[in-house]
Amino acid sequence: MYRILRKEILNPQVIRMAILAPAVARKAQPGQFVILRTYRNGERIPLTIADYDREEGSVTIIFQKVGATTEELARISEGECIPDFVGPLGRPTETDGLRNVVIVAGGVGSAIAYPMAKKLAEQGTNVRTITGYRSRDLVILEKEFRACSDEYHLVTDDGSAGNKGLVTDALRTILQSGDPIDQVIAIGPLVMMKFVCQLTRELGVKTIVSMNPVMIDGTGMCGGCRLTVGGKTRFACVDGPEFDGNEVDFPEAISRASMYRELERGEHEKTCRLFAQGGEIALCKQ
Amino acid sequence: MRTRVAMPVQPADRRRKNFSEVALGYTREQAVTEARRCLACKNKPCVAGCPVGIDIPSFVAKIAEEDFDGAYDILRASTQLPAVCGRVCPQETQCEAQCVRGIRGEAVAIGSLERFIADDHARKGGNFPSDRNSGGRKIAVIGSGPAGLSCAGVLCDQGYDVTVLEALHEPGGVLTYGIPEFRLPKKIVAREIDLLARHGVKIRTNEVVGKTILVEELFANGYEAVFIGSGAGLPRFLDVPGENLKGVYSANEYLTRINLMKANEEGSSTPVYRGKRTLVFGGGNVAMDAARCARRMGSEVTVVYRRSEKDLPARAEEVLHAKEEGIEFLCLANPVRFYGDDNGYVAGAILQEMMEGPKDADGRSKPIPLYDSAFSFDADMVVVAVGTMPNPILTSATHGLATDKRGVIRAEEESGKTSLDGVFAGGDAVTGAATVILAMSAGKRAAYAINRYLRDKETDK
Repeated sequence: MYRILRKEILNPQVIRMAILAPAVARKAQPGQFVILRTYRNGERIPLTIADYDREEGSVTIIFQKVGATTEELARISEGECIPDFVGPLGRPTETDGLRNVVIVAGGVGSAIAYPMAKKLAEQGTNVRTITGYRSRDLVILEKEFRACSDEYHLVTDDGSAGNKGLVTDALRTILQSGDPIDQVIAIGPLVMMKFVCQLTRELGVKTIVSMNPVMIDGTGMCGGCRLTVGGKTRFACVDGPEFDGNEVDFPEAISRASMYRELERGEHEKTCRLFAQGGEIALCKQ
Repeated sequence: MRTRVAMPVQPADRRRKNFSEVALGYTREQAVTEARRCLACKNKPCVAGCPVGIDIPSFVAKIAEEDFDGAYDILRASTQLPAVCGRVCPQETQCEAQCVRGIRGEAVAIGSLERFIADDHARKGGNFPSDRNSGGRKIAVIGSGPAGLSCAGVLCDQGYDVTVLEALHEPGGVLTYGIPEFRLPKKIVAREIDLLARHGVKIRTNEVVGKTILVEELFANGYEAVFIGSGAGLPRFLDVPGENLKGVYSANEYLTRINLMKANEEGSSTPVYRGKRTLVFGGGNVAMDAARCARRMGSEVTVVYRRSEKDLPARAEEVLHAKEEGIEFLCLANPVRFYGDDNGYVAGAILQEMMEGPKDADGRSKPIPLYDSAFSFDADMVVVAVGTMPNPILTSATHGLATDKRGVIRAEEESGKTSLDGVFAGGDAVTGAATVILAMSAGKRAAYAINRYLRDKETDK
């Protein structure tokens, strides 16, 4: 059993949790992920590691309420336990030799980008960070990013915080400023990563993206997380989750991410109908 | 006496709508009658056909005498998982293939008798072997599938302190995530594992060796030997266009969603796609399992196999059961590509006919595509069951552990000894995808080798 040590609501959709898992904390590195279940018979979901404290034996995750399992995880309180928490899975971010990096993070993706920004800053890399959100109330980790970035750009779709615009606008400005940039790291919604990669391919800048497809075991066994990279089938769990963004087949990844959307919507509606009609259904059946 | 007592089964028209076990098991009378068919041959040819060397005539003789507990003890002396072996072993190519009764009639139904004894033991609540895992030298077993459990059980018998590390949240490996309920009920698997746990084997779930902990750290933590039974690994795909369309599953993923995650049951939060017309590619037991699951989930199912029907590698019984359940077979056909609908879901496959070419090394005809024979086959779900590739997680994180050019761990056939001192391996991690019983046999042999290794290490001191 894995105990929730701390729980913090970062915005109405996004929650930070520190979970007691000493074996995972001992090995965790930026870029890796865990798989957890919220209850016995629950679904296994992958979540990227946002931070870890080897001394305390804790691993921090930051997640957005997007489906049944994350909704349920959000309901679990401090002090309570979840039955399964396994990791660290996937390969860590490769940061060796990087001198000038631009990190582009969108939405809850900034939770994954933050430990990378921190690690890069600690090793003396010049870090410029661009984070983008829909609006002011969804902004997370602003203080943390400012602390470890040499340059920090905040953009929102509606201009309610930082500059109004898209992350790609800010990225274009930096990449065209003439400063040398070794690498862009883009983490966020698939569509955002796709557009970042379109821009960097055009400008010839190497770009690493972090993929978060559907998976079950997270150890290579199921193959559900496969994606096409450079024309070859790769598994996000063992070959990734980070890949060269200019080689990723984003249209395919975007399509695959929606495989269960219809099913889940159906389930959701079924549950809602049940609730709406109260106990009458059960009575009718009898 | 020429024919065996038939195994009672659920009728096909009923079972194709449920996940309950197909074979129902012998009654007491049926078991005794069948056991009395055994000729008690002096040279015991059947034993030579058993990968774990069960003393078959002796346990069968005990059944004939109606001493079922005595029969269980004989079984348990050679196999850690009798209820499993009795259900999933390919007996027709092993023990039963050697049976003298089979020369002019049907072989003794050894598998059915083994199953009867294991189930009888369970029905009676079982006399659990006592906890022998106390204070012995520590051994770590990686993977709780058939190889790992078999190795752990034997080592426990010998008085070692054995800990099994499992990556998933449930132990059992392929017995849990791979083989479906209707062939191997999960409560049977759970019971066999519970027996080993009561015997003293410690099982830790949610630990991925190579990620959560390294092999070298196991030694640093006081384990004196390590057995790797980490299983087959990554699913192989067909490498044809359209394979990443939605609705195309690897058999591993499809079976795991159903068997481990219970996606077929009300109340499971794991989704699974339900096709109406499913194509399953491959001809092995895994392909049969996937096809029969899809059938039970309400789909029409066709198995597509590139060789001829006589070459199907699946157990004869699985093929027969699949056919009885209304599954169609399209042999000598191979996929060229998959096509999808406007929403990115698979809508069917372009297949081509194959013909039998010259025989290859293993005596089977090599299939060759027939010119201009492509045709389309509409389907809204596809399951690919064409084998696996080695999993790199453990091998890449273990310095000095030699692998062959395929990437499987190099281990001596008899002992399971690897290139690293004190590290042994067996099962699919060494052979590539094979059977439950071969993995159990490798685990058992490695356990004996580990025992010798630790004794020699002691005397060297």
